[in-house]
Amino acid sequence: MPTIDQTLDEVLTLAAARFKVPREKLSPDDDFFQNLGIDSLQALDLLTRLENHFHVELPDYEMQGVSDFRTLASKIQARL
Amino acid sequence: MKNYRGQALSWAWNDGVIEVALHRDPCNEIGSLTLGELERFSVALDELTAVSHAVILHSSQPAGFCAGADLRELFEGTQKVRREEAARGVREFLERIHGVFNKIDASPLTTIAAVHGVTFGGGFELALVCDLIVADKMARFCFPELRLGLIPGFGGIPRLKRDLGNSVVRDLLMTGRSFNATKAQQIGLVSQLVAEGEALKAARATATQIGKFDRQTSAAAKQFIKPLPVEELRQEIEIFCDLFTRPAVEASLRKFVESTEALPYLP
Repeated sequence: MPTIDQTLDEVLTLAAARFKVPREKLSPDDDFFQNLGIDSLQALDLLTRLENHFHVELPDYEMQGVSDFRTLASKIQARL
Repeated sequence: MKNYRGQALSWAWNDGVIEVALHRDPCNEIGSLTLGELERFSVALDELTAVSHAVILHSSQPAGFCAGADLRELFEGTQKVRREEAARGVREFLERIHGVFNKIDASPLTTIAAVHGVTFGGGFELALVCDLIVADKMARFCFPELRLGLIPGFGGIPRLKRDLGNSVVRDLLMTGRSFNATKAQQIGLVSQLVAEGEALKAARATATQIGKFDRQTSAAAKQFIKPLPVEELRQEIEIFCDLFTRPAVEASLRKFVESTEALPYLP
């Protein structure tokens, strides 16, 4: 199983590639809504890509209030 | 009418296959405009049935197949008239959309929903009308209605229960969570899971395969295995209308319409 740091790195890499943001401009504690400039539909897109990539289910209600990459990665890690 | 170009949807007939494309901004929300054009399609479906074997429903909107009912139109409708009149309008809308959905559901043609992205609420219910759902891996399915104080009103609960059983309906309904396409395929909701952007192509290949069979036999098989849950569909309208008259629903609709939250589509 990957470590939380590895999971976090994969989340950042995937988000950067999907929304065409340089990877080095994203940090674990960034607000991804602000840094990626995404709306609710794009957030759903990201959620689906993360589920597909990590082969996990991320219930929407667990994502409520999550806006930084570190917390997002911890939610994924808890379901790996 | 073999070809039609409307404001919310279009259809084109080709070699026995009717392709219906939803194309209303931003994500094919179903309001009176879409309903009117779906009713036009319903008439065309009658005319084209004798020369067709399949129908494909899909969306040309990048965001997804359909985000569900037009909640802004629904809310604005409640603001213009007294509550009793608004309730009558909602019932009339539901009766009309059930009429169209039931007709597509029971059509002797084989119907295929080719979905991607957001397939929520009424959009999910439209997909459930079809015999087969082909989904690309970015599709998401959800019944978010409970957060508005409502139940799905376009026939979704009876159809999902008919196709998959009660436990899946309860999970989707009571939690309001969304399923991705992989999960949807695992539980039997999606018949084919394809790569991103490939759903329509896969649906067309399926329609070509269906065209090889005798149409009368296909229609008989469908009639045998896919009965319309008539009684439950009627009950759904009654429950929806009972719930709709509560002030809490108007407040929830207002909150949705006026929301500036980052995730207004999520439960």
